[in-house]
Amino acid sequence: MLDIIKVQNVSKSYWRNSLEIPVLNNISLDIKEGEFLALMGPSGSGKTTLLNLISGIDKPTNGKIEINGIDITKLGESALAKWRANNIGFVFQFYNLIPVLTAFENVELPLLLTKLSKAEKRQHVETALNIVGLGDRMDYYPKQLSGGQEQRVAIARAIVTDPIILVADEPTGDLDKNSADEILILMERLNKEFNKTIIMVTHDPHAASKANIIRHLEKGDLIREAV
Amino acid sequence: MKILKLIFKNTLRHKLRTFLTISGITIAIIAFGILRTVVTAWHSGVEASSANRLIVRQAVSFIFPLPFSYRDKIASIPGVKEVTFADWFGGTYIDENNFFARLGVDANTFFDVYPEYLLSKDELDTFKKERNSCVIGEEIAKKYHLKIGDVMTLTGDIYPGQWDFVVCGIYKPKYQTTDATQMILHWDYIDERMKQDMPSRAGDVGWYIVEISDPSKAALISQQIDKMFKDSPAETKTESESSFQQGFIQSSSAIISSMNFISFVIIGIIMLVLGNTMIMAARERTREYAVLKTLGFNGKHLIAIIMGESLMISILGGGIGLILTYPVVSFFGEIIPKGLFPVFMVQPVTIIFAVGAALLTGVLAAIFPIQKALRTKIIDGFRFVG
Repeated sequence: MLDIIKVQNVSKSYWRNSLEIPVLNNISLDIKEGEFLALMGPSGSGKTTLLNLISGIDKPTNGKIEINGIDITKLGESALAKWRANNIGFVFQFYNLIPVLTAFENVELPLLLTKLSKAEKRQHVETALNIVGLGDRMDYYPKQLSGGQEQRVAIARAIVTDPIILVADEPTGDLDKNSADEILILMERLNKEFNKTIIMVTHDPHAASKANIIRHLEKGDLIREAV
Repeated sequence: MKILKLIFKNTLRHKLRTFLTISGITIAIIAFGILRTVVTAWHSGVEASSANRLIVRQAVSFIFPLPFSYRDKIASIPGVKEVTFADWFGGTYIDENNFFARLGVDANTFFDVYPEYLLSKDELDTFKKERNSCVIGEEIAKKYHLKIGDVMTLTGDIYPGQWDFVVCGIYKPKYQTTDATQMILHWDYIDERMKQDMPSRAGDVGWYIVEISDPSKAALISQQIDKMFKDSPAETKTESESSFQQGFIQSSSAIISSMNFISFVIIGIIMLVLGNTMIMAARERTREYAVLKTLGFNGKHLIAIIMGESLMISILGGGIGLILTYPVVSFFGEIIPKGLFPVFMVQPVTIIFAVGAALLTGVLAAIFPIQKALRTKIIDGFRFVG
């Protein structure tokens, strides 16, 4: 299979006053289409930073990130925003749903940027919510849903535009075991059934075990590979 | 769902805060409307001035009289179409709080020079014939429930004694800016009594009103009139009607300037109120803006969302304020003495200012939150703890 993501010699540093704080050191990583990759490592190891760079919400200090043939490090803010909308689905630890919008409206949010008709949007949203098993909770507000259900709405929002890549930052970090398992099963299904390339940051070995590749980061370095 | 729906839902997110902000804007716009109405009411005399009327008054001060004999001399100047005169009668009607202008005039010519006071031919003819009659503006008739045939008793001060006048006509204003709060009396009637009781004051008028054929010659005719009476015991100062009215306002210019200033301070205050609300709202939503940016929303979308909410609040507050300004101004118009502000109404310019102020407030209040939302990087937005 093709390498859909090519991370080449990427470094990232932050600056606090005049002090440089290196977070990632010369990382190189290839991810094939349809892979489910778990990024593990202790807090501060740089896994979320790497995820942010791959998903185009942050830029590397050095190096190149090529996704589906596009060097996203060379895209401007506006082009990058458009690229994210078309290619990446995001799942966050704390769901990040808009509290004043219903489940349906939250999932519909990314579609506001498309030219789909109202009927087409409805169809996409309903399909996404049905995939995550919340077809009967469309008119519920986030506060009326459990944590697991909120995360499932967030996953529906991530897949509603049918992106090629899903990035998930500790998607089960705020959930109880049962809800976490439901989310992991759903992500496995998205990977296997819908061929989504998934990159998941997690602390949890049980969550990571659902991935077909696990990479460890420590102090900004990729240290080993396990299958 | 459209972005407009998100804006609407955001606006209603903190109902109490939004309600209080809208109420604040509403009250401020009403206060602004009232102050601007007072300012425009003060200028209404200038607005109502005619370009083809000149006012001739005593050069020393308006309060000193001019001789009646000047009338024919002024009328002889080329370009003068008609000369009439008026005199401040003063006095009290029922009690001192009932303030309105009471003028002794030349019954035969006054209404010719002031065509904006609409009086029927019959009423005018009666006024000309009956020397103890008077004509009142319809606002005065309304306020004191007067009708034709009623007697108005005035207690004189400038012209001492009890004076009874029979209402023979009620004039209507031709324009919105026309003063309909005057009581027009016969100067002849007053002067006749002066001849008997105080002969030294007989034959004096307050000021002349000169109607000219060509307004472009106003300056030349004014010069000619003043030159004619130079070095006489009663030198004149002739000016256009609007300058004359402006002179009245001049004496209150400090108050008007203060009101003007305060009215714009109020706009400043509502900007701060709304600005504070928007800053709080944007701060609370820092993480949500980061989510929206992550999903592909760009700067323009965020500007639309934040500016839209700010404008929605300012337009709602401004709109309610404007709607309520009418009854509130009308209420104030009822309780203040009729003659103090002859034309007390919300003028189009007040509406334009208020709408402009509401929109400007909406735009300016959103600038800082927009700037902050645009400058905050996505990753910083996610790290934000509100």
